[in-house]
Amino acid sequence: MATEFHNLQELRRSASLANKVFIQRDYSEGTACRFQTKFPSELESRIERTLFEDTVKTLNTFYAEAEKIGGQSYLEGCLACATAYLIFLCMETRYEKVLKKIAKYIQEQNEKIYAPRGLLITDPIERGMRVIEVSIYEDRGSSGSSSGSSSVSGSTAR
Amino acid sequence: MHLGESTRECEYSQISTRSSTPMETPYKKKTPKKRKWETFPGRNRFYCDGRIMMAKQTGVFYLTLVLILVTCGLFFTFDCWFLAEQLTPIIPVIGAVLFLFVIGTLLRTSFSDPGVLPRATPDEAADLERQIDVANGSTGYRPPPRTKEVVINGQTVKLKYCFTCKIFRPPRASHCSLCDNCVERFDHHCPWVGNCVGKRNYRFFYMFILSLSFLTVFIFAFVITHIILNSQRIGFLSALKDSPASVLEVVVCFFSVWSIVGLSGFHTYLISSNQTTNEDIKGSWSSKRSKDNYNPYSYGNIFTNCCAALCGPLPPSLIDRRGFIQSDAPQLAPPTNGLPMYGSTQSQQSHKCDQDQCIQSTKFVLQVATTPLLQQQQSSEPVILSPENGASLPGRASLALGGPCTSLPLGQPTPPASTPSLSCHEATDLLPIHGHPHNHSHPLQEQLAHHHFLTPEEVPSPPGMLHCGSPLGHSHTMQGSFYNPASQDSLHEDSVRGLVKLSSV
Repeated sequence: MATEFHNLQELRRSASLANKVFIQRDYSEGTACRFQTKFPSELESRIERTLFEDTVKTLNTFYAEAEKIGGQSYLEGCLACATAYLIFLCMETRYEKVLKKIAKYIQEQNEKIYAPRGLLITDPIERGMRVIEVSIYEDRGSSGSSSGSSSVSGSTAR
Repeated sequence: MHLGESTRECEYSQISTRSSTPMETPYKKKTPKKRKWETFPGRNRFYCDGRIMMAKQTGVFYLTLVLILVTCGLFFTFDCWFLAEQLTPIIPVIGAVLFLFVIGTLLRTSFSDPGVLPRATPDEAADLERQIDVANGSTGYRPPPRTKEVVINGQTVKLKYCFTCKIFRPPRASHCSLCDNCVERFDHHCPWVGNCVGKRNYRFFYMFILSLSFLTVFIFAFVITHIILNSQRIGFLSALKDSPASVLEVVVCFFSVWSIVGLSGFHTYLISSNQTTNEDIKGSWSSKRSKDNYNPYSYGNIFTNCCAALCGPLPPSLIDRRGFIQSDAPQLAPPTNGLPMYGSTQSQQSHKCDQDQCIQSTKFVLQVATTPLLQQQQSSEPVILSPENGASLPGRASLALGGPCTSLPLGQPTPPASTPSLSCHEATDLLPIHGHPHNHSHPLQEQLAHHHFLTPEEVPSPPGMLHCGSPLGHSHTMQGSFYNPASQDSLHEDSVRGLVKLSSV
């Protein structure tokens, strides 16, 4: 039903925000960061279920990797404690490294899968890791306001 | 005036779309870009351009710092020379290392973000509201407190809705009333470090109290040693006169040892059982509550729990204090129908502060009136709302109603998280319906009709907020005579209908 957008720039210029869908956190396995994989009904006409669920599942695995408690995280923690946490001034924590990977992944997904369907995913870190915000755009021609730019530029800035 | 404003707005927006970016950039260049910490909604203080974050009240933190610095300073100045000569020079070295570690961890605890959850964006809040309305069915009757139940590792946990932050709090998060923020894995608000202790700074806090206990014991032991060794040479009293600083150190350390060592022990227990102070105080996972009550977050053994708390990955700060505010964030148009929280109130939200407290007190009192009554309440006994009930009201609630209105009949509030998000127009109707004496209804009705358009974006944090172990600043008692519960139900429908009528005023 919506016109195909060729890329994110076109989406920004010619579309206007119609709706936002929020994917909430899934706390069934504890306080670790995980998002619900339930497919929201508003996206049924816009994107295939499997594609969307894949994206969320991949994000979940990224977050699980970041928060994994194992040998490497212990080493990092002990080293940090031994140096009175000054080591964080020089090096990035593992979590931050994974967050960068996530930002790149989301950017990639937006470019390849979501923007062509008139959708945009906002990096959860921009929303305090509470939700995955999916913005739904409608093509309104030239009268649209500059909507999606900040959320995209925000996620790329990270 | 509204019309004029809207035409002006219309013209402005037309101009901006036609000439797009060139017109806007000069305007943008004039206003300097603000960092996000400058508009942070919580009650925190920021220093060093957003790098340092503390609570509002920092007096006790400075006291802590002074105590540590003075005691250690005296130790190094007066006692270390003697000890280095008589015993071994390693003593001052160990002392110095401990001291630096203590100061480092203290500053780290006090200056870092404890794990504050940013407040919901307006779109998120609207979406949640919509979901809650759908779930409860949109009748005029306000639903009971907003909670969501989640099963975590076999235990049912209730997630409460935070009215200030407009989010469902994640498990183990709590809203700190002193800092006015929701904090993840909230432990407690520590005045001694001048900050909340939460997910991101708990390990620093623990390291601080642990190293401080070692330091205190260390100083205490060696100052006593110094005095004893000295008194063997020149007698006890002259030894004391010789180094009066040592006496001060002994006194400070003696009192500190009990509290600090005790606290370290308590937190060691908490870490090994993977609980927060908040949970321990409330007895959330105590087996006394029910037989199959257990802590779903515990990893099962002490070692893993300790490692997870102290050496686990350090999550990043979610509030991005030093980021720049981007003013052109896309937002959906505020919904106008069916959502009492929004509507025509956007412009009136500029009414603030001194009226705010009064208005909110009034609103809360009247909101409380529309909530269902608990069955156990007796008929004509006045109900006193006190902090023990968990329902906290700003002290001015009774004042807001005016002197003659103390006899305003009100329903009994529901337990703590009772929803204060009733909009003003619903509450205003109660007065004429409840057979309230005529001379009382008018001033209040006028007051409320005036305040009708004011539905503040944020409900005041006292009502509906669960305490995070720290008492709220307001006085909380309100007295008045309350209605017989039996007659309340029959009036509810009338009040709802009446509310709708009044709201059109």
